[in-house]
Amino acid sequence: MREMNARVVVIGGGVAGMETAGQLARAGCRVTLVEKNTRTGGHLNDWYHLFPDRRDSTEVLKYLEKHTRHSDIDMVTGATVESVIKNHKSLIVKIAEHEDLEAGAVVIATGFDLFKSERKEEYGYGIYDNVISSADLEKMFREGSVRRHDGRIPEKIGFVHCVGSRDEKVGNLYCSKLCCVTAVKQAMEIKKHFKNAGVFCFYIDMRMGGALYEELYRESQEVYGINYIRGKVSEVSENINNRLIVKVEDTLAGRPLKMELDMLVLMAGMEMSEGGQKIAKASGLETGGNRYFRSADHHFGSNLSRVSGIFYAGTCVAPMNITETISHARAAVMDVIDYLRNKES
Amino acid sequence: MEKFGFTVMKERHIDYDSNDKRIAEYINEREPSFRICIECGCCSATCTTGNFTRFSLREIHILLKRGENDMVREQIMKCMLCGKCILACPRGVNTRNVIMLAREAFQKITRNAV
Repeated sequence: MREMNARVVVIGGGVAGMETAGQLARAGCRVTLVEKNTRTGGHLNDWYHLFPDRRDSTEVLKYLEKHTRHSDIDMVTGATVESVIKNHKSLIVKIAEHEDLEAGAVVIATGFDLFKSERKEEYGYGIYDNVISSADLEKMFREGSVRRHDGRIPEKIGFVHCVGSRDEKVGNLYCSKLCCVTAVKQAMEIKKHFKNAGVFCFYIDMRMGGALYEELYRESQEVYGINYIRGKVSEVSENINNRLIVKVEDTLAGRPLKMELDMLVLMAGMEMSEGGQKIAKASGLETGGNRYFRSADHHFGSNLSRVSGIFYAGTCVAPMNITETISHARAAVMDVIDYLRNKES
Repeated sequence: MEKFGFTVMKERHIDYDSNDKRIAEYINEREPSFRICIECGCCSATCTTGNFTRFSLREIHILLKRGENDMVREQIMKCMLCGKCILACPRGVNTRNVIMLAREAFQKITRNAV
């Protein structure tokens, strides 16, 4: 017996959207999951190992795929949602070059975009061959080969924290929260590839506020010998030997520091996705100063928008890790079911 | 040549690549807890010597790691080896042993050439 007749449209087929769709279907809802790419999984498709336990990302991907293979879930891929408009008691989801969908409730799970590192021009991404982003490195790990642009093995690698986060110059005042722990994870991963490599993390603060993060940080020092230098890199240049020169204030030594590196990894932060921003604008949904969707209540209504029937799940609200995203998605499902039950009775 | 009183100013920056990191390596090998210092400064805050002189164990840690040995060589002789810093350290660094090993390393490696 079907408990609820209304259809729920989930926008976005990343971790949050997939988990929301899967849980809704299990609870007896009919779900349409709309994903703009041809493939679901979102950013998870680009990661290699996940912190803090370094689990293979494909494991999580497989779980989510299995979860969403359900007779009550219609999957619409390669479709871009334009807006969600309230029409009496139902919601109309407008999709580019598609028929409109009518829904009893809509869950927005449009996620995040990675900060485009070339916007911090002083770090030389897109200018110097051996300045790469954290996503590029992750891709190298996946392909099983970490090399400089000229094919040589990097002997000295640096990580720049807070690229696109906590930086008024790029309009992002917030902390993306995950880059610190990602840098620690990637630094350790590098040492697994090259035992004798010198690895340096340039940080403002080490923000290890998650389960087992601090332990990972400690392990990176104790077992892997990762070096940490407190100070935000001001600029990067290249010398005649094709090596990178990093300028940073070593704020703990109280003096500026110069260092040559073979490779520099920029820890790109998270931003509200472009797709999400468009939907917000076209649908009249409120966003905050950080451009993410603004929830109705910080404590009790993190999944609620100000329009009844429209809900949020995952990183379209704020930066979150995968664990938090899954929890947030499940919380959204509770709110949706509660809403539909009250509506139908 | 005529002297006009001009001099070339030495750059203030830490030249990490040219600095001698042998002292830090010597300590690292013998006292692995040296690596896990997070530069919180709790050791310096509790330090009796540090309360009366320029001596700062936290600063010594970072300078050794950067290979700025000249600034450390004299400073480490001020430590009274009381070990209060070990009690305070949240990471469990054997700070007293770090000082002992640093003194030893300067003797052995650089013959304490002050």
